[in-house]
Amino acid sequence: MPIDYLPILVMVVVVVAFAAIALTLSSLTGPRHPTAAKLEPYESGMPPFGSARRRISIKYYLTAVLFILFDIEIIFFYPWAVLFRQLKLFGLVEMGVFVLILLIGYVYVWRKGGFNWD
Amino acid sequence: MPILVPDINLRIIAPALIVTVTAIVVLLGELVTPAERKRWLGYLSIAGLVVAAFAAFSLWGANASGFSGMVVADNFGLFLTLTIALSAALSILLSIPFIHAHEIDQGEYYVLLLASVAGMIVMATATDLIVIFLGLELLSLPLYILAAFQREDTRSLEAGIKYFLLGAFSSAFFLYGIALVFGATGTTNLAKIAASLAQSAGSPMLSIGVGLLMVGFAFKVALVPFHWWTPDVYDGAPTTVTAFMSVAVKAAAFGAFFRTFQFALPALALDWRAVAAVLAVLTMTLGNVAALLQSNVKRMLAYSSIAHAGYILIALVAMSANGLSSALFYLLAYTVTNLGAFGAVIALSDGARERLEIKDFAGAAREHPLVALALTICLLSLAGFPPFAGFVGKFLIFGAAVETGWAWLAVIGVLNSLVSVYFYLRPVVQMYMSEPAEGWSGIRVAPLVALALLIAVISVIALGVFPAPAIALAAGGLIR
Amino acid sequence: MINYLWLVPALPLAGAAINAIFSRKMPRWLVSVLGVGSVGLSFLVALAEFFTVLGAGAQGVFNVSIYSWIPVGNFKIDVAFLLDPLSALMLLGVTGVGFLIHVYSTGYMAEDESYGRFFTYLNLFVFSMLILVLGSNYLLMYVGWALVGLCSYLLISFWFTRPAAAAAGKKAFITTRIGDFGFGLGVILIFVTFGSLNFADVFARAPQMFQLGAPIITTITLLLFAGAVGKSAQLPLYVWLPDAMEGPTPVSALIHAATMVTAGVYMVARSHVLFSLAPFSSEVVAVIGAVTALFAATIALTQMDLKRVLAYSTISQLGYMFLGVGVAAYGAGIFHLMTHAFFKALLFLAAGSVMHAMNGVIDMRQLGGLRSKMRWTYITFFAAALAISGFPLFSGFFSKDEILAQAFESGHIILWAIGLLTAGLTAFYIFRAFFLTFHTQARWTEDEGRKTESRHSPSSVVGHPSFHPHESPASMTVPLAILAVLAVVAGFVGMPSVMGPNFLEGFFAPVFGEAAAAIPAGTEWMLIGASVAVGLIGIGVAYWFYIASPEIPVNLAAQFKGIYTLLWNKYYVDEFYSAVFVEPGRRLAMFLWQVIDVQVIDGFANGLGRAMASFSGALRGWQTGYARAYALLMLVGTVIVIGWLMLR
Repeated sequence: MPIDYLPILVMVVVVVAFAAIALTLSSLTGPRHPTAAKLEPYESGMPPFGSARRRISIKYYLTAVLFILFDIEIIFFYPWAVLFRQLKLFGLVEMGVFVLILLIGYVYVWRKGGFNWD
Repeated sequence: MPILVPDINLRIIAPALIVTVTAIVVLLGELVTPAERKRWLGYLSIAGLVVAAFAAFSLWGANASGFSGMVVADNFGLFLTLTIALSAALSILLSIPFIHAHEIDQGEYYVLLLASVAGMIVMATATDLIVIFLGLELLSLPLYILAAFQREDTRSLEAGIKYFLLGAFSSAFFLYGIALVFGATGTTNLAKIAASLAQSAGSPMLSIGVGLLMVGFAFKVALVPFHWWTPDVYDGAPTTVTAFMSVAVKAAAFGAFFRTFQFALPALALDWRAVAAVLAVLTMTLGNVAALLQSNVKRMLAYSSIAHAGYILIALVAMSANGLSSALFYLLAYTVTNLGAFGAVIALSDGARERLEIKDFAGAAREHPLVALALTICLLSLAGFPPFAGFVGKFLIFGAAVETGWAWLAVIGVLNSLVSVYFYLRPVVQMYMSEPAEGWSGIRVAPLVALALLIAVISVIALGVFPAPAIALAAGGLIR
Repeated sequence: MINYLWLVPALPLAGAAINAIFSRKMPRWLVSVLGVGSVGLSFLVALAEFFTVLGAGAQGVFNVSIYSWIPVGNFKIDVAFLLDPLSALMLLGVTGVGFLIHVYSTGYMAEDESYGRFFTYLNLFVFSMLILVLGSNYLLMYVGWALVGLCSYLLISFWFTRPAAAAAGKKAFITTRIGDFGFGLGVILIFVTFGSLNFADVFARAPQMFQLGAPIITTITLLLFAGAVGKSAQLPLYVWLPDAMEGPTPVSALIHAATMVTAGVYMVARSHVLFSLAPFSSEVVAVIGAVTALFAATIALTQMDLKRVLAYSTISQLGYMFLGVGVAAYGAGIFHLMTHAFFKALLFLAAGSVMHAMNGVIDMRQLGGLRSKMRWTYITFFAAALAISGFPLFSGFFSKDEILAQAFESGHIILWAIGLLTAGLTAFYIFRAFFLTFHTQARWTEDEGRKTESRHSPSSVVGHPSFHPHESPASMTVPLAILAVLAVVAGFVGMPSVMGPNFLEGFFAPVFGEAAAAIPAGTEWMLIGASVAVGLIGIGVAYWFYIASPEIPVNLAAQFKGIYTLLWNKYYVDEFYSAVFVEPGRRLAMFLWQVIDVQVIDGFANGLGRAMASFSGALRGWQTGYARAYALLMLVGTVIVIGWLMLR
């Protein structure tokens, strides 16, 4: 029923209001000494403008993807560790299989030279 | 609070499991296999597929479900599993010489193909929307890479990226559809959805969800107007990958499509049958009309595969037991026929130089009479010409439509298949009725390609002349 | 013997299969033995089957199930053969005439480089035709129907290096497919209506379920007849048959005279139960048959290409057969089908023999005076010409007379008159061809020094060619002689009641029921007299025009220039079709192609092609734009699908 969605509406209003208030307050109260570097959206990041065809070494992507892959798999360990006792042997075996598959992937990447920078 | 250990029944997912293990073994094998022996990885993959097929066969009639009703081993799913395994095995037979000739013979090719097969089997046997989505993604992701496997060829890369982008787009639709259906019914389990809908009336949320699910499936099986990627991707991808994609994806996605709509959503049949009927008409007509004017065989077969999706959709519209079995038979018939056609195209290629323009086939009959005969038989079967597999498939589907009062749809189907004869016969005319083109001399058909072609053509003829056993198997495939 | 029925189609199929795979590696004599022998053996089996049916008398209807082909649910389609007097006679005709033509082909095609391919196709055709004739359900009949169409296509364009042959094959295929669509719809409608496709079921249920003239039966029969119109080259779909003469002459004789084109007549006769329930459809069949007969005969009057004269004659004679089955004289229609198979196959083979001798020349303006050079061809052609003209006691006399008598007796006086007129025209044009080819002065010169090589693809030699014509080898003349005997005597199996016993009527009784009451003797004699008189007048006028005073036709053509030009150009039907159907069809296809494919798809693809050519700059441009366009179109589709589901 539409009335059930009222909390969502309330939340939307609160979020929008908070954002508006925060932005307005900071622009009203904060000191301003604009420099070229400060006006960039990300002061310490990559230059946001320029040719989109700028070449970046593929190794960055490979490393990033491999990092994400193994990083996210690690996350699965936390709930498993927390519930280790309740899951008993079943949990251990399952995690063993999981780690084994991960290990195979690791070996594959290693042997294929995925970790070599040069 | 005790944790419930899920209802694990590995026997039910044995086919998918065997394929997965094979993929892992091949991946490790890739590390230790020297470059000149890569084809052994292909043989290993085929062996794995054969074992998986045996596993599926041993489950025949088991009708068991596992993993808390998320996966089932019913004859419907097993029939599709066998079809998928057959198509993968034939594709690999074609691939071994092909990827060698194109200098892309890496074990990863087989790994990706097997991973995709595992996803397909999961999708075909899943009885839960989440698991269907899992299968969908597992089958799609390797295919995106496979489409781009000819890294030196920009067209292949383009195909991969285009497929990936649009595939991701449609997956999002599909996932959103699952969410909305879950919102409307409180479950993602197909049986429970059916039970829930039997009691309550529909809601706008449900309608949107069902529509999005339909779009998701429509993209995968390439129904008009969700087919735009198909010609480009089929054209750009390596020919063996195109061959595999054009048949196996259809089998898996149609399996889940039928299961979801016919089994979980019969309560809304009045609505979605009409939509599906319109989509079927659009798909058949546009596929065939567009194919009429193609000068490239791969593009022609791409449009033809669109048209065939339209025919199969008629079986869904019929929504009957006969419709279901006719779709299964059709998918099997289409699998062997289309792989045969692609196999013949690959057989006629000259090393790395492929003959893909229809005019390149001129005079092939004189140099390679048996390959030409095989291609002719397969194309006639695609056109629904008796007495080949395609004819029986069309007969069953149109018969199912007529039985359930959709005669007009069958009539449009018949009209379409008459139109299709013209473009299917164009390569035949070139092969038999033109003076030989240059450069035929010295081309030898690889033995593995010849073997695949032989299997495919024998199947096409056998399914056309003695279809009864396959029909009986398909008829046993009622959805649980 | 019934248990061996399957051998009849299986033998030619085996011949075709072996020749298809191995003919390139086999010597020619082996190809011939396989090709001819398989059909010969098939004929012997068919002969035995025929006598089985004959011996069984009124019980001569056998259903032979080979195996269950497509079993679905509670209904199944069998590969089953129906052997009854009707199919037994057809069987005999297909294998018998087929065998003679195969023998003839060994001589006629001896020099051709694609000898093996020819016999593969020919055997495959015989197999397909046998399936069509033997099938005991509409689906099997459809299978044969489609396969003979395919074989016809392959054989018409057999000499594909000539564009005319390739175009003719395509034309035949496309035109007959239009009719096939009707036939397919008819089969679907039969299935919807009766829940079965078996002849036995359908014909048993039809009279119980429907009354005379029920609309559904009329629709079914009209749809079926649409298929027959295409296959048997009737108005308005006859245009492919004259062009089909581009194929080798044995093909013209076998497919486009004796067997395939008669499939429509056979189908109507086979479905006679349905047609009897649909008087309107029967009327349509009869009228189209009669009008086609007259129409094609008038075109044949002026044609100069000998094979084209025969082609239009075939269309005309097929019209007779439809007239027969249209007035419910099914036996008479099949009777004429049989006699026509003999004399028309003979005419074609004799024409082929002339081509063989004259280095492929078939234009009658360059023939003439061949009677002394080709004795056998001359005599056999003469016999066939008498038969088709309805000369008393020749086969065509009996069969044509029976159709006309039945048309008259059933009250179709106008159709009878048209048929009678056509009979006169037939006698005229066939004797015109006969005189111009074998009599009159030679319009070529004897060239002793030049050994005539045997070329059969029609060549048009300009001016006054020189040849050394010779009689064809025995492999060609013997079949001619056998067919000539048949063309002369075959009529006696169906004599009119005033002249003797009608064997055929009794033979067909298990299929078509007991014959209608005999026509009164006075009327019968009057009708016979009329047809004989008209036939003789036709022959006489032809003699007068082309032998006695050859200046008359020239004067007539000059005097009635309009009519002559109209006939010479075959009523401009080809041009009309081209303008009305082919051109707009092409335009529609072009439109679809340009709008949907070029604009929507190729528009992007072309941009893509250009971008790839200039590899450096445009990468960004095509990639996002291109896939985004697809995504946008998909989104539109999604909105429509969801909108529909919401609004329902």
